[in-house]
Amino acid sequence: MALDKNQIAQRIAREVKDGYYVNLGIGIPTLVANYVQENINVEFQSENGVLGMGPFPFEGEEDADVINAGKQTITTLPGASFFDSATSFSMIRGKHVDLTILGAMEVAQNGDIANWKIPGKMVKGMGGAMDLVASAENIIVAMMHTNRAGASKLLKKCSLPLTGVACVKKIVTNLAVLEVTEKGFKLLERAPGVSIEEIKAATEGSLEIDGDIDIPEMKF
Amino acid sequence: MITKTVNGVQQALEGIESNMTLMLGGFGLSGIPENAIAQLVRLNVNGLTCISNNAGVDDFGLGLLLQKKQVKKMISSYVGENAEFERQMLSGELDVELIPQGTLAERCRAAQAGFPAIYTPAGYGTEVAQGKETREFDGKMYVLEHAFKADFAFIKAWKGDAAGNLIFKGTARNFNPNMCGAAKITVAEVEELVPVGTLDPNQIHIPGIFVQRIFQGEQYEKRIEQRTIRQKG
Repeated sequence: MALDKNQIAQRIAREVKDGYYVNLGIGIPTLVANYVQENINVEFQSENGVLGMGPFPFEGEEDADVINAGKQTITTLPGASFFDSATSFSMIRGKHVDLTILGAMEVAQNGDIANWKIPGKMVKGMGGAMDLVASAENIIVAMMHTNRAGASKLLKKCSLPLTGVACVKKIVTNLAVLEVTEKGFKLLERAPGVSIEEIKAATEGSLEIDGDIDIPEMKF
Repeated sequence: MITKTVNGVQQALEGIESNMTLMLGGFGLSGIPENAIAQLVRLNVNGLTCISNNAGVDDFGLGLLLQKKQVKKMISSYVGENAEFERQMLSGELDVELIPQGTLAERCRAAQAGFPAIYTPAGYGTEVAQGKETREFDGKMYVLEHAFKADFAFIKAWKGDAAGNLIFKGTARNFNPNMCGAAKITVAEVEELVPVGTLDPNQIHIPGIFVQRIFQGEQYEKRIEQRTIRQKG
């Protein structure tokens, strides 16, 4: 069975380690916060200027002055801090944030990512994504393996305008966990019940499968 | 003490003309200079170039200026929440320059801090870097980005005093401190203008030297864009 968005988030949460400062993008990445192990200490950074983000507020406790980068009302946890945008991106460009999780429209086998523009159709802007991918050492992309039309989003080369060059390290999709290597997308794990053949069929870019080793199913 | 207080929003916006370049603080609808925007609508100046992270929503924030076609060019990082904006952009009525959010912040800060330009890794290898000078430092490529040049910066703070000192609240801080002193004239509007001496000098976020005019906004709607809550229990 291919994973749903919550299960993708749940799998990515295993990559979040004790002591990490983490930036979560909009969409599936936001869901990752719900699945982080309770016995580890992690702080979530939102690029609009908060470190130590907590859950959504209870009804009646929303504050227009406390939002995340998705413009959603949030709360803060003990130890949280607020700061200006330049300071926020100093944390990001200065490599003080340990892990960046973001969505993508396309990823290429060399780690290029495209997620901000479809020429002539959709131009929302890059927000903080270009700053994040240009500097982060540890970038995980959370996305569906194929688009709504069924076309692969894991490509030899991106067709859309790029957000960043050779920066993605790991991808978690509804079908698989893959690592970007010099040879292409290395298949690390497959979704429970999803065959290697299905993953091959959904991957346009070069898929690297270690010869004799059976690719394990994902664990949560 | 040098006094920055002006008598309301009319006086605060004196000198505004069509075709000027403006900086406006805020992230989404949080921390936007609501009173200054309302006055820009009333003054009906047009041909404006607006430097602001977002473009408001259809009927609030910078969306109000877009509705009246007062904006010639937007310099922003994300404009996804505004249908009228998208229409004007795709039809070519509105000139739009989309730039990375951290670059936007740093081009403001550079103007504030007296740097003509900065090098950033953001956007290298993408269309954002096209036509721009690039340079390698320690094996990594960077793009040269110039400081903004603006006529007015419109800032929203939580509290301020007649000396122009400012304190921000929550994530309404965002680009506001970075835009203070980054234009020829910085106009700060505050929710509460407190008597001089009541703000603790240790807690000031922006010293008054970066602010030329300050006033207490008549009212604040502080609209929430995405009201997101969780259930009790």
